[in-house]
Amino acid sequence: MSMITPPPEFPHATAAPKEPSHPAGMLAPERAAELGLAPPGKPRGLARRAWEVFTENKLALAGLAFLIFIVLFCFVGPLFYRTNQVNTDLSQYLCRPSGEHLLGCNDLGYDQLGRLMVGGQTSLEVGVAAALMAVLFGALYGALSGFAGGAVDAVLMRVVDAGLSLPYLMVIIILSVIFHPNPATMVFIIAVFYWFGPARLVRGETLTLRTREYVQAVKVLGGGQLRSVTRHILPNAIGVIIVQATFAVADSILILSGLGFLGLGVSPPATDWGSMLSGGLNYIQSGNYSWLIYPPGICIILTCISFNFIGDALRDAFETRLQRR
Amino acid sequence: MTALLQVEDLRTHIQLKEGVVHAVDGVTLHVDQGETLGVVGESGCGKTMTALSIMNLLPVGGRIVGGSITLGGRTISDLDDEAMRDVRGNEIGMIFQDPLTSLNPSHTVGAQIAETVLLHRGVTRKEATSRAVEVLELVGLPRARERIHEYPHQFSGGMRQRVMIAMALACQPKLLIADEPTTALDVTIQKQILELIDDLRRRLGMAVILVTHDLGVIAGRADRVAVMYAGRIVETSPTGALYDNPRHPYTEALFQALPENAAETRERLYSILGAPPDLVHPPDGCRFAPRCRYAADRCRAEDPVLSGESTAHTYACFFPVSAGEKTEADRLVVAGTEQEQEPQAVTLPPVGEVVLSARDLVKEFPVTRGAVLQRKVGMVSAVAGMSFDIRRGETLGLVGESGCGKTTVGRMLVGLEKPTAGVIRFSGKDMAKSSGRQYRRERREIQYMFQDSYASLDPRMRAGSILREPMIVQRVGSRKQQLAKVKEMLGRVGLPESAMDRYPHEFSGGQRQRLGFARALMLDPQLIVADEPVSALDVSIQAQVLNMMRDLQQQLRLTYLFISHDLSVVRYLSNHIGVMYLGKLVEIGTADEVYLRPAHPYTKGLIESAPTADPEAERAKTHEGISGELPSALHPPSGCRFRTRCPLAQEICATVEPELKPYGLPNHLAACHFALQPPAEVLAATTEHVP
Repeated sequence: MSMITPPPEFPHATAAPKEPSHPAGMLAPERAAELGLAPPGKPRGLARRAWEVFTENKLALAGLAFLIFIVLFCFVGPLFYRTNQVNTDLSQYLCRPSGEHLLGCNDLGYDQLGRLMVGGQTSLEVGVAAALMAVLFGALYGALSGFAGGAVDAVLMRVVDAGLSLPYLMVIIILSVIFHPNPATMVFIIAVFYWFGPARLVRGETLTLRTREYVQAVKVLGGGQLRSVTRHILPNAIGVIIVQATFAVADSILILSGLGFLGLGVSPPATDWGSMLSGGLNYIQSGNYSWLIYPPGICIILTCISFNFIGDALRDAFETRLQRR
Repeated sequence: MTALLQVEDLRTHIQLKEGVVHAVDGVTLHVDQGETLGVVGESGCGKTMTALSIMNLLPVGGRIVGGSITLGGRTISDLDDEAMRDVRGNEIGMIFQDPLTSLNPSHTVGAQIAETVLLHRGVTRKEATSRAVEVLELVGLPRARERIHEYPHQFSGGMRQRVMIAMALACQPKLLIADEPTTALDVTIQKQILELIDDLRRRLGMAVILVTHDLGVIAGRADRVAVMYAGRIVETSPTGALYDNPRHPYTEALFQALPENAAETRERLYSILGAPPDLVHPPDGCRFAPRCRYAADRCRAEDPVLSGESTAHTYACFFPVSAGEKTEADRLVVAGTEQEQEPQAVTLPPVGEVVLSARDLVKEFPVTRGAVLQRKVGMVSAVAGMSFDIRRGETLGLVGESGCGKTTVGRMLVGLEKPTAGVIRFSGKDMAKSSGRQYRRERREIQYMFQDSYASLDPRMRAGSILREPMIVQRVGSRKQQLAKVKEMLGRVGLPESAMDRYPHEFSGGQRQRLGFARALMLDPQLIVADEPVSALDVSIQAQVLNMMRDLQQQLRLTYLFISHDLSVVRYLSNHIGVMYLGKLVEIGTADEVYLRPAHPYTKGLIESAPTADPEAERAKTHEGISGELPSALHPPSGCRFRTRCPLAQEICATVEPELKPYGLPNHLAACHFALQPPAEVLAATTEHVP
C-alpha cells in the first residue's frame, strides 16, 4: 500500500528552477527547497516529537490521567484522609458507607477507602518493581542469547523453556509459604517467574535486528560487534523492551492480586488489592457488601487497562517513522 | 464497436489522517475486446489505484467519488459489494505483482484455483479440480495433474506467477488486469510470462490491461498505451505512434531517461527533476509543470485537457513536443533553463593498474537439518571458481539472473562473507591475511552500496549521524572535521546540508540511495561495490543516480563493481561486463563486445530477453530467449552448468566443463564449447593474412 501514501514531507516545487552554474555535483541552495529538504523550522527534540505521537492516542492519555490520579490517591491520599490501618476496630465490623467511613469498613473494622490507598501502594510498588526487575534481567538475557547465537543461544533458551514449563502457581505457593510474604519477597517471586517472556521476546528481536542490513553496514565499515549492539541493535529494540515493561507492570499487579486472592499475598496488617478482594468475597453470599468487592476490583481493572493503553501508545511514540517534524 | 471496458472520468479518493489523497483524478480510458492496453508511469502516479478502482478493491479509506466504469455495457462502478463479487474473478481477472504473497501458503495450488471456479460457476468440486488442471496446462505448467496437489512454496517464482495467471483465467474473464506482473521476476522469466499473457489473450480473445513502470515491457505487448502522471492520463496513443512521436514532455522525458538510449554514446542521461506532486494538494495548472523543462507561465495557471490531432493520439499539454521537429529552439530552451541537464558525452575514464584481483573464488553454504545437531545434508554452491581483475577507475559490471551468485561475490569482496577457497588481492595484498587494526584500515578501501537503501540505514539515526559513523568507527578526524566531511559528501551527492537532521524515512527512494552512496564515500574508498543500486527506483530517478555515480567516478577516480540484473543499466555504466550463471563466470569482456557480439549462448539469451523500448524491435524478436528456470545450486548440473537450458547443448557439455577462452578480441573470454563467436586465435590469424 506504499503507493497510496503520499510523501507529505516533500511538498512539490512551485516554480521551475533556474539552474545557476555550480560546481558539478554540488547542490545549489535553492534546489534544496525544491527537493523538499529545506531546513525545517526549529528542530524539536526527540522527546517532544515522541510526546506528540503519544498524545494522538486518546485512550493512552486517559490511561495516563487515571494512573496519575491513582498514584496521587494511594501515596498522597493518606496524608489527607487519615485512617488507622494497623489496629483492628471490631466495633466498626462491616459498617456501611457513611460520612465517617466513605466506603464503609471491612470485617476487621479497617476503613475501606483508607485500606484501598494502602493496598494500592503495595500493588503499585510490587507491580512496578517486579516488572522492572523481570524486564531488565529478561532483556539482557535475551539480547545476550540472541546476539551470541549458536550453542550459547541454544543453552540459554533451553533454560527459558525449562522455566516456562514449570507449573508456576505451585512453585509460587511453595515459595510464598517458605518466605515470609512481605512486599520485597513478592517482588522477587513474581520477577523470577516473569522474566522468561521478555527474554524470549528480546531474543527474537535481536535475532532479526542482527541480520538487518544497517547492522551489516557497520561490518563493512570495519566496526566491531560492540558498536553493532550498543548503537544499532539496542536502540532499535528499546521500543519492544519499554512496551514489554508497561505490560509487565499490569501483569505483575494481576499476579499479585491473584496471589492475594488465594490468601498468599502480603501478611496482615499490610494488604494489597487482591487480598482485599478476597476478603470481600467471603461475605458475598451473606448480604449486600458491594463496597468490599467493587472498589478494589475496579481499581485493579482500571490500573491494568491504563498500563496496557500506555504501552500501546509508547510503542508508537518510539517509532521514529510516525514522528512528524 | 463499443468498448469492452469504458472508464469515464474516474475519480478515486483515499482518506488519510493528513487529508484526502486524490489518487485517481479524472481518468478516462477504454479497452476493446481482445486488445492490450498498457498503462505506464512512475510509482505513485495512480496506475495501481486505477486498476484497483476497476476491481473495486480499494484499500481502507479509499472510495470512488466520481465517474463511471462500464464493463460490456453494464455499469459496475455503482454495484454493491455482493454484486461486485460476481464480477471479480469471473468477468475481470487480476494478477498482482508478487506471486508469493498473492498465494495462500497453507492451501494447495489446485484447491486455490478450484475455489475460484466453485465460487462463480456452481459446479462440483471434481469439476472444479479438473478445470484447475485444464487452466494450469493452459499456462504451461508441466505435469499439471500431479502438481495441483503441491503447495505454493514448492513452485519457483515464475511458476507461481503462472499459477496466478491460471487462477485469474479459471473463469474465463473478459478482461485481465495485470499489475506489474513481471516486476519481481528475472528478465528470462519475464519474457516467458509476457509471452504467455500475450498468447492467452490471442487464444481466449480477452482484453488485457498491462500496468507497468517499464516502457520496454509495454513496447512489444500493448496495442495502445496510456501514460499516467499524478492521478491523470497525460497521453494516450497507439503504441507505435507513442514510441515514435511522444508528444507530452513527461512521456518524452521517460524515454530519454532510459539508459539503453545512451549506451553507445554514453551521454549523461536525462533525468526528471524532483518527484511526482503530493496528491493531497495537487498543484494548480498542469501537474507536470514543476518538473517540466518546457513549462511556461500558462502551464502553471491553466490545466490542459487531453486533446490531439486525432482521437487516437491525445495528450494534455499546451506545448507538445514532437520528434519530427526536435528543433534548435527546443534545445535552446533546455540549455537556457537547465544547464546540468544538457546531455554531454562523457568519456570513459582512463583505466589504470589492477586494483583488485580475485582468483578461483569459491563460496559454499552448508545446508543443515535439525535444530540442535545441525547435520550437514548438502552444499549450496553459490560461487564456484571465479577469477577476475578490476582496474583503477573502471567499472566492472556483473550481470546474471537472481540466484546466480553475483551478490555473494560482492559480499565476499567487502568482507561480509568469507570465501570458502580462493584469494582476493587488493592492491597486491591478500585480504584474508590481515586482522585486527590492519583489517579495519583495509576495510576503508572497499565500500558497499546496498540495494535496499531503506533497510541499510538505521531508522533511528539521523542522516548526519549515519554519515559520521564510518569516520567514528575508523577513528578518523575530529568531530569538526567529521562534520565538515559530512557536509562535503552531502553536497557531492546532491543533498542539502539540512538533510543532516532528517531520518531515513523522510527521504524519497532516490534521495536515500544518494545517502547510502554518500556513506560509502565517507572513508575515501578506492573501490565501491554497488549491489543493484538502482533496481528499486523509477526510471527517472534511476537516471539521476546513474548520472551521479558516473560524475563522482570521474571526480574522485573511483572504481566500481556494479552488480545488476539489468543489462542495459550495466552496459551504460560499465567498461567491462562479466556474465554469471549459477556461480560461474561464463563470459567477460568489454561492455560493447559482450553486448554486441556475445559469445556465450546465455549472454545472447539474456540480451534477447531484456525488453527494449522499441515496439518494432520487440515485435520482430524471435520467440527465443531462454527457456526453463535456473537449476538449484544444491545440485548444479555436471559439465557446463548452463547446458540444461542451452539450445546448443550436446553430449560433451554434460561431461566436460568448458574453460574461459578468448573469443573475438583477445580480452573477450567465454566458457562454452559451442561459442557464438570465432576463437580469438583464428580471428588473429585471418587478420594477419589480410594485408
